Amino acid sequence: MIAATYAIPDLIVFFAAAAMAIIGALGVISFRNPVHSALSLILTLLGVAIGFLEQQAHFLAAVQVIVYCGAIVVLFLFVIMFLGVDNKEDVSVEPLIAQRPLAYASVAVTVMGILAMLSRGGWYTGAQVATGASPGGNANVQAVGTAVFTTYLFAFEATAALLIIAVVGAVLLARRDRTGEEPLEGAQA
Amino acid sequence: MSHLLIAAGDPLYFMGVNLAVVIIALAKVLVAFGALMGCVTLMIWFERKVISDMQSRIGPNRWGPFGLLQTLADGIKLFFKEDLVPANADRFTFKLAPYLALVPALITFSIVPIGGSVTIAHHTFLLQVADPPIGILLLLAMSGLSVYGVILAGWSSGSKYPLISSVRASAQMISYEAALGMTVVTIVLATGSLSTHDIVTSQAHGVWHWNLIRLGVVPFVLFLISITAELNRPPFDVVEAESELVGGFHTEYSSIRFALFFLAEFMNTITMSAVMVTLFFGGPAGWAPNIPHIKWVFPIIWFLGKTTLFCFAYVWFRAALPRFRYDQLMDLGWKRLIPLSLAWMLLVAGFIVSPAWGFGLAAVGLFGSVLLTRAFAIGENREAGPDAVLRTIGERPLPPYILRQLTDGDDR
Repeated sequence: MIAATYAIPDLIVFFAAAAMAIIGALGVISFRNPVHSALSLILTLLGVAIGFLEQQAHFLAAVQVIVYCGAIVVLFLFVIMFLGVDNKEDVSVEPLIAQRPLAYASVAVTVMGILAMLSRGGWYTGAQVATGASPGGNANVQAVGTAVFTTYLFAFEATAALLIIAVVGAVLLARRDRTGEEPLEGAQA
Repeated sequence: MSHLLIAAGDPLYFMGVNLAVVIIALAKVLVAFGALMGCVTLMIWFERKVISDMQSRIGPNRWGPFGLLQTLADGIKLFFKEDLVPANADRFTFKLAPYLALVPALITFSIVPIGGSVTIAHHTFLLQVADPPIGILLLLAMSGLSVYGVILAGWSSGSKYPLISSVRASAQMISYEAALGMTVVTIVLATGSLSTHDIVTSQAHGVWHWNLIRLGVVPFVLFLISITAELNRPPFDVVEAESELVGGFHTEYSSIRFALFFLAEFMNTITMSAVMVTLFFGGPAGWAPNIPHIKWVFPIIWFLGKTTLFCFAYVWFRAALPRFRYDQLMDLGWKRLIPLSLAWMLLVAGFIVSPAWGFGLAAVGLFGSVLLTRAFAIGENREAGPDAVLRTIGERPLPPYILRQLTDGDDR
């Protein structure tokens, strides 16, 4: 039935991409070494990018690779290496109380939400309405641009404002005067 | 299922793909790969020769005419050397990293248009391995991925200097990618398309239509600086600064894996020269005499000539410019290139809409730059003030008494 609805090459690509994403996701949570986890995250993100490509969303795929693989995971790796990979963490003490039950609860909510969406819409994308073939090539980029700057303008600007606030907040936290405190850890060496 | 009906007529026909398409695609990939490999050996020879000329040395001259076969000899030598993996290394990542450096370098070249179109046996095709809809975004994606080669090589080596190198590489790449992306946006705005083929054809009507002149020279300068930083070529090669980090990320590598890093670096140099020609110098555009049958050769010659000029420029940079200090590198990226590329992007966007918008945004940009200069001045003074613990690292090397304060704490 699935093969009748979707062309076989599409199906193969979809399953390959899905396998990449899932294997990567499992790797992120199961590897002991944080660098290996970050590498698995790249695998997941590339899998999602292939999924976008397979649905003719070329621009989204490119942005996925540029922003997530090319910048955000690089930043993760930067922080991991900066803090030291070899530092063994003590996981017996919970820094945030009740984070485990909360994690279980949010996983349950997410799974329920996905199941609810699957039962109502296409199993393939989770979309409520099948949108049909998306425009390829330049028309695709134009469609994304038009949607972002007209229909979803408020969400777009709100996201931009949120990011700016985050950056300013981070700078404020990092740049406060440290005169009253003890010298930096690195400065004692 | 319309393609199933067509498939009945041609057994090889499948989803718009037939034998001729497959052969053309394979031939393009093989020719591009072979040509790139050949160019890399030439490029290594070229770089060594030009550098030695600039430094009044002779350079390689033993193997082949003018020492042309020296690279081949070096390649064979590297192949037969012992392949060492340090005991402290993360074995899987250590072995993976050279390929992560090499593959993006190869893929980026596929979007560069080398010439016009050629017709062989009624099949017309572009002299370009691929013309994907995302076009130039592939360059950004691949330059984003190529950093993993450096980062993971440095980390997985399991020793200190390579690790410092990979921390530097990750910070440097992120910093310069933003300026690079915004410069590319400027070009895309002027072209109205992401495809490299369209970018080249829009510049085909003479020198005045080249993006170099059409966009003002500033985006070209920004692109040249940020792409050199992305490549880790001198003067931005803090990642493999020999005087500080031994060999940087590839210190622990030997044999064929070291050769792969070398290959990737030179391949990237050639590819980025070609990309620069494509984006700013009209790619294969140029004067071509109307001679039948060999008319298609001239664009390729133009393209090769322009690309060689940029390859020479890179070697020239290496011979002429001293390496940036790490903090200067970060200052240049964040405080100069990113604001300037952002302002210039707004300027170009404004002038595309109307002159009034253009001048309006120019005024906004000017106002913004005044504010920014003021902010930098305040920030620098604040950093040097008496109540700041982190004192400025300043314009020259640290004086000893400041260094002592920084290292011993503030217990005068």
